[in-house]
Amino acid sequence: MYQAIVFLPLVGFLIAGLFGRIIGPRPSEIITTALLFVVAVLSWISFIQVGFGDGATRVQVAQWMSVGDLQVDWAFRIDTLTAMMLVVVNTVSALVHLYSIGYMHEDPHRSRFFAYLSLFTFAMLMLVTSDNLAQMFFGWEGVGLASYLLIGFWYHKESANAAAMKAFIVNRVGDFGFVLGICLVFVLFNSIAFDQIFPRVADLANNRFHFLGFDWNALTLTCLLLFMGAMGKSAQFLLHTWLPDAMEGPTPVSALIHAATMVTAGVFMVARLSPLFEHAPTALTVVTVIGGITAFFAATVGLVQNDIKRVIAYSTCSQLGYMFVGLGVGAYSAGVFHLFTHAFFKALLFLGAGSVIHAMHHEQDMRSMGALRRYIPFTTAMMAIGTLALTGFPFTAGYYSKDAIIEAAFASHSAAGNFAFLSTVIAAFMTSFYSWRLFFMTFEGQARWGDSHHHASAHEGVEHDDHGHDVEPASHADHEHGGHGHAHTPHESPLVMLVPLVVLAIGALVAGLVFHEAFLGHGAAEFWKGSLFTRPENHILEEMHHIPGWVPLIPTVMMALGFLLAYYMYILDSKKPVQLAADHPILYRFLLNKWYFDEIYDAIFVRPAIRLGRFFWRTGDQRVIDGLGPDGVSARVLDVTRGVVRVQTGYVYHYAFAMLIGVAALVSFYLLRGTH
Amino acid sequence: MLGFGILSGLLVLPLIGAAFILTLRGDSEAARANARWIALATTVLTFLLSLVAWSRFDSASSAFQLVESHAWLTDTIRFKLGVDGFSMPFILLTTFLMPFCIVASWESISHRVKEYFVAFLVLEMTMIGVFAALDLVLFYLFFEAGLIPMFLIIGIWGGKRRIYASFKFFLYTLLGSVLMLLAIMAMYWAAGTTDIPTLLKFKFAANLQTWLWLAFFASFAVKMPMWPVHTWLPDAHVEAPTAGSVILAAILLKMGGYGFIRVSLPMFPDASVYFAPLVYSLSVIAIVYTSLVALVQQDMKKLIAYSSVAHMGFVTMGLFSMNPQGIQGAMFQMVSHGLVSGALFLCVGVVYDRLHTREISAYGGLVERMPFYAVAFLIFTMANVGLPGTSGFVGEFLTLIGAFRSNPWVAFFAASGVILSAAYALWLYRRVVYGALTKPSLQTMTDLTGREMLTLVPLVLLVIYYGVQPGPILDTFAAPTNALMQGYQAALETVKTAAVAAH
Repeated sequence: MYQAIVFLPLVGFLIAGLFGRIIGPRPSEIITTALLFVVAVLSWISFIQVGFGDGATRVQVAQWMSVGDLQVDWAFRIDTLTAMMLVVVNTVSALVHLYSIGYMHEDPHRSRFFAYLSLFTFAMLMLVTSDNLAQMFFGWEGVGLASYLLIGFWYHKESANAAAMKAFIVNRVGDFGFVLGICLVFVLFNSIAFDQIFPRVADLANNRFHFLGFDWNALTLTCLLLFMGAMGKSAQFLLHTWLPDAMEGPTPVSALIHAATMVTAGVFMVARLSPLFEHAPTALTVVTVIGGITAFFAATVGLVQNDIKRVIAYSTCSQLGYMFVGLGVGAYSAGVFHLFTHAFFKALLFLGAGSVIHAMHHEQDMRSMGALRRYIPFTTAMMAIGTLALTGFPFTAGYYSKDAIIEAAFASHSAAGNFAFLSTVIAAFMTSFYSWRLFFMTFEGQARWGDSHHHASAHEGVEHDDHGHDVEPASHADHEHGGHGHAHTPHESPLVMLVPLVVLAIGALVAGLVFHEAFLGHGAAEFWKGSLFTRPENHILEEMHHIPGWVPLIPTVMMALGFLLAYYMYILDSKKPVQLAADHPILYRFLLNKWYFDEIYDAIFVRPAIRLGRFFWRTGDQRVIDGLGPDGVSARVLDVTRGVVRVQTGYVYHYAFAMLIGVAALVSFYLLRGTH
Repeated sequence: MLGFGILSGLLVLPLIGAAFILTLRGDSEAARANARWIALATTVLTFLLSLVAWSRFDSASSAFQLVESHAWLTDTIRFKLGVDGFSMPFILLTTFLMPFCIVASWESISHRVKEYFVAFLVLEMTMIGVFAALDLVLFYLFFEAGLIPMFLIIGIWGGKRRIYASFKFFLYTLLGSVLMLLAIMAMYWAAGTTDIPTLLKFKFAANLQTWLWLAFFASFAVKMPMWPVHTWLPDAHVEAPTAGSVILAAILLKMGGYGFIRVSLPMFPDASVYFAPLVYSLSVIAIVYTSLVALVQQDMKKLIAYSSVAHMGFVTMGLFSMNPQGIQGAMFQMVSHGLVSGALFLCVGVVYDRLHTREISAYGGLVERMPFYAVAFLIFTMANVGLPGTSGFVGEFLTLIGAFRSNPWVAFFAASGVILSAAYALWLYRRVVYGALTKPSLQTMTDLTGREMLTLVPLVLLVIYYGVQPGPILDTFAAPTNALMQGYQAALETVKTAAVAAH
């Protein structure tokens, strides 16, 4: 069954990818989508078997490489953590496949699109089922490739190509750490298979390792290097810059890859390697701090973005920070639970945004929306559910998972934990604010889309210098609508796009209620069955239940405050945002330009690299090496030989002659020696 | 068969083909077509014969196999051939790639067609000879003789600056080969033989090892090429015809690495341990430096040439890490690079044949007109980047592990190649294949022809197959690597005792 789960998407990819041109787009869509639904059903079966039964197992597929002590297999490790990820990946992927049939119906390259989606799913499944670090790296880079291809799906768009490249390269910065981490694991454990590593971690807890001139605790260093990979993939602070740009890809891609699945791979990795991280408390502190910073930082940027997808992207970034806080304070199940619920409501929000964009004919700027509730009531309702779940409205999914993380941060009683508690609480307030801001700007207020001069009436005062004003390709939109602008009524999306929304909405509403007992409650140990490791002295799940009564209320209060502020600023007094932005231009620009990270990185990494490359080439290679070496010598030789003989035959002759002399010298040497 | 075995057959077969082509009279279209077909038939037959050799080869043994020995210059300098796990894959790689080179030259070579194919067949003979020679003098002869046809291929059928390029090529390699010849003489003096299996067991004095190592290093480093003696490669690649670039990148560059594993490492273990830091430094510089240089290239072939230098940095790094992962990874990297870089140069050749320029800025948006080409190019680009699932990953990963085991600093810097390779390779791909198709000259580009598919599809399949199942190649290297490692333990022990004694 597990072979089927993992390889059926690959089959779908091969069919749609190789024969898509022959069989046409419709069969490609149907085949890939149908296969994904089969896989999704199988995943739920295995989830129930493994999580609530006794189905954990290891499936050997083949050997990958075997060199000396290094043995790497293609194998599946199936435990509760994997089974849960299978459910997340395949459910969302199946729904996104279905949704894309509607969303992409105008695109001439649909077979290619569905092939990429299935390729992505396959790589993601290889990642979550991996039984060793190398296979995890295979899936890790495989999803990176699929992400690259899908972000750059509209390849004639320069911005999409740039975003695709950026995503791949920034991820590679993380992978740089990941690869070194794998090397270090091999040096320490003489194996990179989880079965071999995990039982022996405790023995190595106090080993030292000398690296880059410092003496490190070996496990701390390992975890930090591996976490660098996680930071890249999960768009954590410092390596986050690719995620907002990745919104250049088609919206279903954003829902699947850049919200629900791929970006959570880093969280999955840390959870999977919990035996390692548990024995490296310093590394866990780093995880907590980075998570806390990301949660806060991304939320601040999300406050002022005008592109509907970018707001949700920053929200994703921020929520991933929450998950890392959960992991970092030792409450792995809380972090993973948030991963699980987040997949539903964030995919819902993205697909809902896609439905809005579809209705608005590929307009993504919220300043050109407004009052859509009357035209697309169904989408509005779905988005409202997603927003409630994200902001943690009582008894929705986010309420259980996000609040659990905040409580865990509080209960950890460490400096990092306190910092993370503070930042996640503030972020909860901002999350509520920007989510409702998005909702009000899009669905409430006045319609700003009928007006052909709508760009002149910028909503928040400052001109359009941000990158948040990218619309999906005009040619794509004009395909059907003949370019008659926005002077028509927005329309509700077709059923094939709405059904996935309903399914996800159900998940966003009840996933927390249904599963929180299993994931976090008293039955958690029986549910996880050791797939999330905690040391005996780690009692954080216990302590979460013994915190002061005001702590669990805080997130809910923050949510309510955020909602009220958004309501005040965008419904009651809609001049307020413009005024605020005008009063604090520096702060506003700082946030609008995402803390100037892109500009800083460009100045300290990209341009120096290019300059250095040019210097090495022009000065190093051409002036110094060639100038002193061949060119200098050849200039002299050429002076002599020019005009005497035809150049090429002359040199061959010399050359053969030199060889002959060599052989002759050798022979005569031997003969001379033989006479002795 | 007069005592001549299958390896002699591999050497003679291309010569027979060359002789047939030489008997063709005139330069009519018919004569050209005959030359092409004879060359193709010869290389295919040679490949089949090498498969026979492969089937008789026992990869579990570290001994030399299919050995044949004939009196040659003297009783001690003999014409001796044989293969072991290190050389067999390279012979197969050579014979496998030759038919692709012939097919890739089918129409793009229009003058002196007969001579061109003769040069290629002679080149094939010398390359097989290098990998099969079991006598140092014979090895030297093939090693150097191979340069002549390559020199001619660049100098006669090359691009605009072909004279400069071939001259540079010649100057560099001459420098190395003179020193190598001196070293061979010194070895003969010390050991009384040039028989490689005997020399492998001979223990050279530590002092002599140092000098011998340096002399061989001069030659192999140029061939590899290692920084800072790499500058001949970009020029040679740029000017060489497509098939010339393929052979240059895929096979000729491997002779340096093969030389290290055949001569330097096993025969001079003490010196290799002593000089390992030097090799590490040069490898790391090569990886970072040439990757950065590749980033700013405007010529497709130059970019790929510089990336080859960077990849060869991984090879030297792995070889001198002196553990099984490093050595087998480096050997695998060489085979993989042979397939991938060869394929990349074929890809450049495809568009060069259509537009007759290698300037990156002349392209853009090719995917619109050439979807199949875009797919093939993407797969090879990803293999070049070292994406897991392609053969490029296995070598890079293993050499990194190997280097990390012996020196984490080296692995740290080398791993930055992971980032840089993604940057230059994807940027090349974006500028050539992606983007809007606006340039008028590109509007009439046609997708891969049947003949081009024939050359690229097998390489695509192999690159992916060996990425998922590298076993067939890796296992071949296992037995001789183990044998080599045993020799090394002794050398490392000596160094350690010396270090202890010094305290």
